[in-house]
Amino acid sequence: MSAAIDVATQHELEQLHSRYAALLDDGPLAQWPELFTEECLYLLIPRDNHELDLPLAIMRCESRGMLRDRVRAVEQTVMHEPRYLRHHITNATAVWADGELHGVAHYSVLEVLPDALPRVLSCGRYVDRVVRCDDGRLRYAERRCIYDSVLVPNTIVYPV
Amino acid sequence: MTHNERVWPGDDATRLPYWIYSDPDIYQREMSRIFRGSIWAYAAIEAEIPEPGDFRVTRIGDRSVIVIRDEHGVIRAFVNRCAHRGVKVCRQQRGNTRFFVCPYHQWSYDAQGRLKGVPFIKGVKQLGGMPDDFRREDHGLPALAVAVRNGVVFVSFHESPPPFPEYLGETNLRYFDRVFDGRKLRLLGYSRQLIPGNWKLMFENIKDPYHASLLHVFLVTFGLFRADQKSQVRMDATGMHALLISQRGEAGKSTDTADISNLREDFTLEDPRLLDPVREYSDDATVVMQTIWPNLIVQQQSNTLALRQLQPRGPESFELHWTFFGYEDDDETMTRRRLRQANLMSSAGLVSADDSEVIKLAQDGTREHPEDAGVLLMGGRDTEDVPHMVTEAAIRAFYVRYREVMEL
Repeated sequence: MSAAIDVATQHELEQLHSRYAALLDDGPLAQWPELFTEECLYLLIPRDNHELDLPLAIMRCESRGMLRDRVRAVEQTVMHEPRYLRHHITNATAVWADGELHGVAHYSVLEVLPDALPRVLSCGRYVDRVVRCDDGRLRYAERRCIYDSVLVPNTIVYPV
Repeated sequence: MTHNERVWPGDDATRLPYWIYSDPDIYQREMSRIFRGSIWAYAAIEAEIPEPGDFRVTRIGDRSVIVIRDEHGVIRAFVNRCAHRGVKVCRQQRGNTRFFVCPYHQWSYDAQGRLKGVPFIKGVKQLGGMPDDFRREDHGLPALAVAVRNGVVFVSFHESPPPFPEYLGETNLRYFDRVFDGRKLRLLGYSRQLIPGNWKLMFENIKDPYHASLLHVFLVTFGLFRADQKSQVRMDATGMHALLISQRGEAGKSTDTADISNLREDFTLEDPRLLDPVREYSDDATVVMQTIWPNLIVQQQSNTLALRQLQPRGPESFELHWTFFGYEDDDETMTRRRLRQANLMSSAGLVSADDSEVIKLAQDGTREHPEDAGVLLMGGRDTEDVPHMVTEAAIRAFYVRYREVMEL
């Protein structure tokens, strides 16, 4: 059984998405994993794999620790051109089910490389499970980023 | 300037002219001489098309090709282009069908590529229609040769390519059969990226163990691939295929990592499940990267297995199409392990992101200086097999072959 969410919860959910975008786009990136639960699941999945029921995700983090490892690896080990990213998250909806928020939101990420015009790095939808934690805050227990843009323009350095 | 005016510097492959990465005439010559030459090009794995009528569309060189299992279970391949007006007959990436129907005038082809239906072939009310000498059997979808080896499908535009085992040569066939040992494969998923560089840069990258221990800080930090590890570089007799074989060593610092300025000694994983490799083959090799001319990289990096197919999209861009797989007899733990280790690979890979980024920079740098040439002298001038990875021999071997085929 699912139930509609009230305006306050809708607002809170959108605030969570906005905080997510701000941390990825403007940092500090190290705080981004704190928006997830300890036992979270974060997947970046090409739409083809999702529709064919194939399990491969191009980013797969199965805990907050793995999110932190991803962030540190990106910041300390991956060689990449500098870039600016800008997330646009819209059409956020959710319902309550089994004590969790089951949400969907659309996203697009614009990317600006030093010598190029802006382009769409990724677009698709977030399919979320969001829970209220002991400290009263909403956190992502699960985020599946299912991207329509299956042909990736070169490299995805930062989480989507 | 055309290729006829291009002059390769020197008579070996220790100098690589930069025009090979951006000249449109060279590119066209590659498409006909290499990709439509006497070769076997990777097209699909059988696990993608298990049932009669299952098909998948791929690209060989820069041409769209349909690979299908026909009603008798035989795998066939043909050009994805209607014989009538050149329209792509198949718009889907994959599916199951008995007929391909061109959307324009509804010419239809069966799973063997034979033209079966032509609307109004006899005209309408005795008007129009095809001439009497029109024969449907003359207008099928042009077929490609097909070779299947232990679940992997190769195709060729050429009329008489050599037998596949002969094409690979003894050593490369042995390592191919090491991963594709006859067990049924389990498809785990795809990843696609469009890399803004010439397709050969990808091959060079995988044939170049020198860079791996320097560029890939993540690999080095966790001891997954390093210059001081037991390793070998092996080629086939022609030099067109190659193997980089390496054994995992220890993480952290050693005397031979002193040259690596950005080694992160203090980096340990908070969740070590990301790297939890287990031995799964009878030998000790933990990394085997096999490059098969002209469009395939077979990757075993610990327990992540993938086929990387190169699809050129003009001289300055190519699609890298990743197919990740395991075996049907993998247990759930092994499948999980493969999926976690895939974090290192493809467009968001903690290791391979370095490569797609550096290939773009190589394209950007060489495009501006087509008249100049790069230097390939690490490990000497020859193209022989070596028992270490401080060498560019496999890249030289590739270009010796390339020069022969291209007559450059």
